[in-house]
Amino acid sequence: MTQPRREVLQKLTPVLTKRWLSPDAWKIDTYERLDGYAAVRKALDVHPDDLIQLIKDSGLRGRGGAGFPTGLKWGFIPQGDGKPHYLVINADEGEPGTCKDLPLMTYDPHSLVEGAIIASYAIRASRAFIYIRGEAVHAARRLRHAVQEAYAKGYLGENILGSGFDLDLVVHSGAGAYICGEETALLDSLEGFRGQPRLRPPFPAIAGLYASPTVVNNVGTIASVPYIVLGGADWWKSMGTEKSSGPMIYSLSGRIANPGQYECGLGITLRELIELAGGMTPGHNLKFWTPGGSSTPLLTADHMDTPMDFEGVAAAGSILGTTAMQIFSDQDCPVYATWRWLEFYHHESCGKCTPCREGNYWMVRTYRRILSGQGTHQDLDTLQDTADNIFGRSFCGLGDGAATPVMSTLKFFRQDYLDYIEGRTAPRLSEKTLVGAH
Amino acid sequence: MSETVEFSPAAAPLAEKLLEPALEILARYPIGRERSALLPLLHLVQTEEGFVSPQGVAFCADLLGITKAQVGAVATFYTMYKRRPTGEYLVSVCTNTLCNIMGGQEVYDGLVEHLGVGHDETTADGKITLEHAECLAACDYAPVVTVNYDFAVDNVTPSAAVDLVEHLRKGERPMPARGARICSLKEMQHQLAGFADERDGAVADGPAGAPTLRGVTLAQEHGVAVANFAIDTPIPTTKPARDESAKAVKDPGPRTTKASANGKVAGSSVGNEEKK
Repeated sequence: MTQPRREVLQKLTPVLTKRWLSPDAWKIDTYERLDGYAAVRKALDVHPDDLIQLIKDSGLRGRGGAGFPTGLKWGFIPQGDGKPHYLVINADEGEPGTCKDLPLMTYDPHSLVEGAIIASYAIRASRAFIYIRGEAVHAARRLRHAVQEAYAKGYLGENILGSGFDLDLVVHSGAGAYICGEETALLDSLEGFRGQPRLRPPFPAIAGLYASPTVVNNVGTIASVPYIVLGGADWWKSMGTEKSSGPMIYSLSGRIANPGQYECGLGITLRELIELAGGMTPGHNLKFWTPGGSSTPLLTADHMDTPMDFEGVAAAGSILGTTAMQIFSDQDCPVYATWRWLEFYHHESCGKCTPCREGNYWMVRTYRRILSGQGTHQDLDTLQDTADNIFGRSFCGLGDGAATPVMSTLKFFRQDYLDYIEGRTAPRLSEKTLVGAH
Repeated sequence: MSETVEFSPAAAPLAEKLLEPALEILARYPIGRERSALLPLLHLVQTEEGFVSPQGVAFCADLLGITKAQVGAVATFYTMYKRRPTGEYLVSVCTNTLCNIMGGQEVYDGLVEHLGVGHDETTADGKITLEHAECLAACDYAPVVTVNYDFAVDNVTPSAAVDLVEHLRKGERPMPARGARICSLKEMQHQLAGFADERDGAVADGPAGAPTLRGVTLAQEHGVAVANFAIDTPIPTTKPARDESAKAVKDPGPRTTKASANGKVAGSSVGNEEKK
């Protein structure tokens, strides 16, 4: 294992992860000692519109994958419309590779509660929900405890800190559906329906939860808000790049010496992140990787110096997504990896849109055939054609996400497919493996 | 609405046991929007039954004033609502791509062979329901296995997984790597329905693992910090803090009071915490 160089270590920006080092930071008294709830006091002393402007000035962009400017989203909520407004926090972390929100909610849950209070005040919501992934039971346990503590100390409930602002915050557990990470499916699920995406427009800012103006933000986005309120927009912009400001938690997994969470300014490269992670696992050479979860087009060893910010990754033909970097080596088969992702998308497709529902069904079967040594050259055309017909033809991004690894592996690793088809690679799937498939 | 609900014969036995917590769940959502309670109600039903039975469907339908078909459509959509009786422990092995290539498939195959059950099946002693799960958001610990959704063994190997299920079958409850002390799957459903974990010390369980803290520890060891963070940096203001335009419009309630935050009654662990 190699030691990272000083100039690379300097790229670490412990902001959202800093309190994780304090084992008791999930308790309110420890949190308060570590600057906790100072931002709420500050925020409740200014007009909500000034808070929205502050977030706009900071350049904060959504941490859930799309990177939409947060202040702009808040500003879309119509004010003086006579309707109740809602804040809904998307804590349905499930994008393969992504593991940044669960630790945040487990080890520093009050930062999310505090961000929720400030964001709700800014958009004039008196009720907020945290929709947390059902399986995330320990994070939910800590979060519910944090909410109780916040009520007991007067940070939630009526007339918060004497400001006249009231807020109720409910932690709502999902029940195991990846699709509910999509914001409109999440809203349907929160309303007690199957989690299926809605056609947009209208966007949630106009007709979201209960057909009322709603902001849906990711955990990391909301947890960033207290720091911006405390340190100011200019301080926030001292990290990251001009268009992608601030720190970001990069989740590194796979064939590296030290997988884990690395919070750095946006724009760091994979090469630098691997250096921070102690290099590749001995005996492994980088072959392909996801910049932001499995739904983002794969990149290869040629992209190690791509700046990991919204613009840089887009210029390389992919998406920054959730900065979940799953790192695969020359000992990993891209065809097998893609098959396994497709089993996932096939299982998680909600069934609403035909291209996604049927396309995934057929692509999974085509992969099974190729990996059991029975593939044909025509299968590759079928896969490309099916992926093309899914991409951009469904209500939400799940279909695009499913088509993505297919298209990128066909582009970068066609030879690996041909090796199965032409008998140079031994079949990977046996009857036994297929029994375990969905 | 509680006074006026008439439960059908199918739902009545469950209603006798679950009406009180069910009404607490309904009170979290605005008046007229009670259907939002359906997901937590289905979790609640599983606290009694371990799965969603036709009686459980009827209970939710009667309580919310919707049809059993509407409830069934929701219950069958989500993976965590089980359609057959489950074991005391749900053992989930992540076999999504990253865990899979790091050994998760071998772990799952080993458990299938050892337990003699397949996906979503329960051992004859009623102890273990096995499943292969999709990404559990712990790729930095791959491959992972959970027990009743708490992270039980990180970087799991086939033999470690077999050890785990053997302990469970003997009635032992080994401490999970990064979750709270193990409870039964039915007890876990109570938490999923939105109620606090009342067990002494459970919330404090589950220390952060080394991968979670890797980046922030590196920064600390090398004295790296973000410069110029001053918490009293002023917020530029253009308006007075309080005017009519700063006020929120409220939905019709109900509002949570301090004493009943998230269905929790006063005298909770919060109070105990403060006494320490």
